[in-house]
Amino acid sequence: MNAVTDLDVLESEAIHIIRETAGEFDRPVLLFSGGKDSTVLLHLARKAFHPAPLPFPLLHIDTGHNFDEVLAFRDHTVTHHQLRLHVACVQDWINDGRLAERADGTRNPLQTIPLLDTITTHRFDAVLGGARRDEDRARAKERIVSLRDTFGGWDPRRQRPELWNLYNGRHRPGEHARIFPLSNWTELDIWRYVDQEAIEVAWLYYAHPRKVYLHEGMWLTPGPWGGPRDGEPLLTKTVRYRTIGDGSCTGAIESTATTPTQVIAEITACRLTERGATRADDRLSEAAMEDRKREGYF
Amino acid sequence: MGDLVRLTTAGSVDDGKSTLVGRLLYDTRSVLADQLAAVQDASARRGSATLDLALLVDGLRAERAQGITIDVAYRYFATPARSFILADAPGHVQYTRNMVTGACTAQVAVLLVDARTGVLEQTRRHAAILALLGVPRLVLAVNKIDLVDYDEAVFARIAKEFTAHTLALGYPHERVVSIPVCALLGDNVVDPSAHTPWYAVPTLIEHLDTVPVHGDANRVGLRFPVQYVIRPRTPEYPDYRGYAGQIAAGTVTVGDQVMVLPSGVRSTVSGIDSPHGPCTTATTGQSVTLLLAEDLDVSRGDLIATAAAPPRLTQQVTATLCWLAQRPAHAGMRVLVKHGTRTVPALVTALLSRFDEQTLCSIDAPESLALNDIGRVTLRSAQPLPLDDYAHGRGNGAFLVIDPADGTTLAGGLVGAPLPVLDPTRT
Repeated sequence: MNAVTDLDVLESEAIHIIRETAGEFDRPVLLFSGGKDSTVLLHLARKAFHPAPLPFPLLHIDTGHNFDEVLAFRDHTVTHHQLRLHVACVQDWINDGRLAERADGTRNPLQTIPLLDTITTHRFDAVLGGARRDEDRARAKERIVSLRDTFGGWDPRRQRPELWNLYNGRHRPGEHARIFPLSNWTELDIWRYVDQEAIEVAWLYYAHPRKVYLHEGMWLTPGPWGGPRDGEPLLTKTVRYRTIGDGSCTGAIESTATTPTQVIAEITACRLTERGATRADDRLSEAAMEDRKREGYF
Repeated sequence: MGDLVRLTTAGSVDDGKSTLVGRLLYDTRSVLADQLAAVQDASARRGSATLDLALLVDGLRAERAQGITIDVAYRYFATPARSFILADAPGHVQYTRNMVTGACTAQVAVLLVDARTGVLEQTRRHAAILALLGVPRLVLAVNKIDLVDYDEAVFARIAKEFTAHTLALGYPHERVVSIPVCALLGDNVVDPSAHTPWYAVPTLIEHLDTVPVHGDANRVGLRFPVQYVIRPRTPEYPDYRGYAGQIAAGTVTVGDQVMVLPSGVRSTVSGIDSPHGPCTTATTGQSVTLLLAEDLDVSRGDLIATAAAPPRLTQQVTATLCWLAQRPAHAGMRVLVKHGTRTVPALVTALLSRFDEQTLCSIDAPESLALNDIGRVTLRSAQPLPLDDYAHGRGNGAFLVIDPADGTTLAGGLVGAPLPVLDPTRT
């Protein structure tokens, strides 16, 4: 191989973590939403076991407020690579009364219970996710292999020390580990890797014309989650998504970037973080992410 | 971009470490407008007149409430030349285990001292831990230099005392650099200070940007713990059998003679599959898949090593432990040892010595090792382990000690006596 670059180091680290997961756990699963981070994670996982097929299935928690375009990309990816996908729909939990719709109509926080229920039902003992430490201050304190109790809770004060590249995956029955192979990647690293590897990501990440309305400083798309209120006119803008979560709380940014190279140039010049620019769910409080993680969120 | 550099920080309480890290992020423009706005808002609510850069890094609710750092936080910043992963470790005595976490993978450590108090016992202990864990390069940031009126003599005295200490720990002078800084105002962190004309360059970031982080010679040969056996059994690859892993030490080239441990069987490397396709050679840190010329019984937990220089295979392990759990260590304790990809039961046969942080000497035959203690022990493992001394490389000389009952990580283990001052035969 040629000279080892910073991306090579991150790639080898992620592949090592994914292989440790397959080696140490009985029933791993990989969280795949169709977003850019989980798409990169899946790409690395396929590389980790090449030329053998992926030795574990994928899981998506569908809030019912996901973008149709992203669900289509999710299904296209699964079919194209002949993968196995489990889907847990928040709507099913609402329909039979296990969950109630929130007053503010957002479903992002409602994902936790279906996630924990699905982990229990399928007896998954390791859940691979694409979360990155640079996304949020609470995530900056997360371990790569993070043990969760029977209730899926995260206790930041009782985390295991993580030494060298020796990951301790031992757990008691009922406990499981959340595993984050992209912990040390930044948003810029993700896009440089997408560019280097020519990875197909959902096209919402690239600039396209879209009918949007301005709500609390964010460009939102109308959908089943609601539409513009009085005084919020629907406009056609050229936008792209920097993060993709629920349609109700993920804003688009005005952009002309249509290739990974152009996205990299845009991020490099931008003075806002990806979540600050586009996610209403993290604006709730200084510790919004920490509180959701304690309850078992991704 | 080029290199990826792993950094860690250490310092005592109130040395201003979070402020320094905040300053590094701020001055390398790694803090973005919305994060800054949140910190400005929070600073104002806490009644702070100036921007409290520490709030950028103290991420947990309890940390912000108490104004202290509880847990290791990972931060990312980049210069045009390098990108950095910074493991920001808290300075409290009771959280020393977090410092071990940050140090064990670091290539460079930045230690902070307060210019008014100079080198403290805790500074000495932190330097000793960094030396023990094999951090190749140290930087002493003499912080709050403004509070001693940018006095050259104060800086020179602290730097001299520190380098004398690190020399005793085994650091030659060229591996230790001292820099006078004021994290709060930014002197010599990224931009040179106008107040320290007596100090020649570099600033902290200039030093981090150029300090050599490669070139530690491999002293043991190939060490490749097998993580996973890849056997597709598909029509396209009916007979493929590859051994997946990350190279822990050394390099591997197609045609190399290797030995599989613990079985001792020899073979030849017939192919290397990398994340970028087949290649002829690969080096330390790379995740690859090795193909061997013969069909052998190799599985997860085995180690593939250079046939001419294999590690010693032993059940009697002399090691230094960093004890990281509430439950103390004692002779007769049953544990699990995870070395490479192999986890085996083991017995703590004796506690040989404990490192005394006050005297920097070791105390022979302690009763126990408590949380944050460092000591030398002997272990007997249920099966033989292929070990190298930690001093010859972190890759194959490190292991975890795990509680078999609940899976808790009890200690980080280092084969041999990596730090001479911890060796009772030397004191």
